[in-house]
Amino acid sequence: MSNDIILALVIVTGLSFDFTNGFHDTANAMATSIATKALKPRAAVGLSAALNLVGAFLSLSVAATIASGLVETGLVTLTVVEAGLIGAIVWNLLTWFFGIPSSSSHALIGGVIGSVLAAAGSHAVKWQGLVSKVIIPAGVSPFIAALVATVGTFLIYRIARSMREGSRSRGFRIGQIGSASLVSLAHGTNDAQKTMGVITLALIANGTIPAGATTPVWVIVICALTIAAGTYSGGWRVIRTLGKGLVEIESPQGFAAESSSAAVILLSTHFGYSLSTTQVATGSILGCGLGKRGAEVRWYVAGRMVVAWIITMPLAGAMGAVCYYIADAIGGIGGIIVDLVLLAGVAGLIYARSRSTRVSPENVNSEWTGTVAPPEPARVPASP
Amino acid sequence: MSEWIDGTAIWEIVVFGLLAGAGLPAVFAIGVRALSTPGTRHMKGSQDQLVGGSPAGMAVAALCFLIVLAAIGYGIFIIVKSGHAH
Repeated sequence: MSNDIILALVIVTGLSFDFTNGFHDTANAMATSIATKALKPRAAVGLSAALNLVGAFLSLSVAATIASGLVETGLVTLTVVEAGLIGAIVWNLLTWFFGIPSSSSHALIGGVIGSVLAAAGSHAVKWQGLVSKVIIPAGVSPFIAALVATVGTFLIYRIARSMREGSRSRGFRIGQIGSASLVSLAHGTNDAQKTMGVITLALIANGTIPAGATTPVWVIVICALTIAAGTYSGGWRVIRTLGKGLVEIESPQGFAAESSSAAVILLSTHFGYSLSTTQVATGSILGCGLGKRGAEVRWYVAGRMVVAWIITMPLAGAMGAVCYYIADAIGGIGGIIVDLVLLAGVAGLIYARSRSTRVSPENVNSEWTGTVAPPEPARVPASP
Repeated sequence: MSEWIDGTAIWEIVVFGLLAGAGLPAVFAIGVRALSTPGTRHMKGSQDQLVGGSPAGMAVAALCFLIVLAAIGYGIFIIVKSGHAH
């Protein structure tokens, strides 16, 4: 009985992570289309949400692989999963607050590894799997994506150079809608699966379903709906950094960037070499700045992102470990509830802070002045 | 290549990534440009008029867009097929 309550709490926490995964990554697909006004902000997040939902049902190949190759699954308990998820959620909220597109997958992997280290020690982690399946791909993926987007941007500007600017923008805006849709679809096939995998792992750990069982249909449906809802809520802060902060984007560049992202993500899924959607999208956007002569690339923004990428796994891991120690010291349901109360407190604080520097569909495209939230226009003093 | 770095996968993603992620957008660009080739529809209306109206241009554009759509359709088909085989 008490195990079933813990399981229910783990599932709810998993879905909370899924939701943050959705709004953290809306930018990967839609930031460039919003920046070039190919789509209105609300329409963009709506389209992205719908396609994430479809994508989540398209392919199931990524599900359940997230933990099995990285940690000894026999040592994974519900408390370990719960602590790892909480670490990942806190990291996603922090990076969202600072408008940094960091990888949700890395946050999840880092959180789970941190809590498993705290629970069972370093023999519980498959270090070679971690390096070959996560760290090396993380290192190469931005370069692959940037290369493809640079070549694509260069070719497109060569081919379209004789066109009038007006017709060119219009043509490539239509292309942008198509390519951004593909990125959303790819995101659904990739990231929605990761939460499905974690929840399946929890169900197996609890003995609810036998080991080796496939993901139950109800898990697929709620995970797909949750990531779509998260996507629709639209992480405007990250959208702004990727769409306006990194490179000033024209529609042919946006089209090249999203095409590169879609191709690289779908290919990596197909060849079983899991890449981070976020790092691919960021690399592509950098590439579309490199491929166009005279385009401005703000390297200090890119530098901040790289720093965030490097510290994502260690810090999400540290938070996962701390959550595990707290839950373990108190024990049982009580420990997990204390963790969840702490999570709610931290989330509430971050959310409250974000209200004072709000980024919304209305100001997401304001000119980049170096801060995530655009400076507020002078306000008329409220009447006394 | 080694057990740490999957060189084959990286190599495949780079080559096919360039073909699909840069090549197809280039084909689309050829289509957009061909579509706007000046023809029967005079370019005096709005600045962002997209269709020029040249019959040859429209034919090339249609071919380009067909290639792009077919490639995307094939790609999604492959993903769905391999994604449910497990």
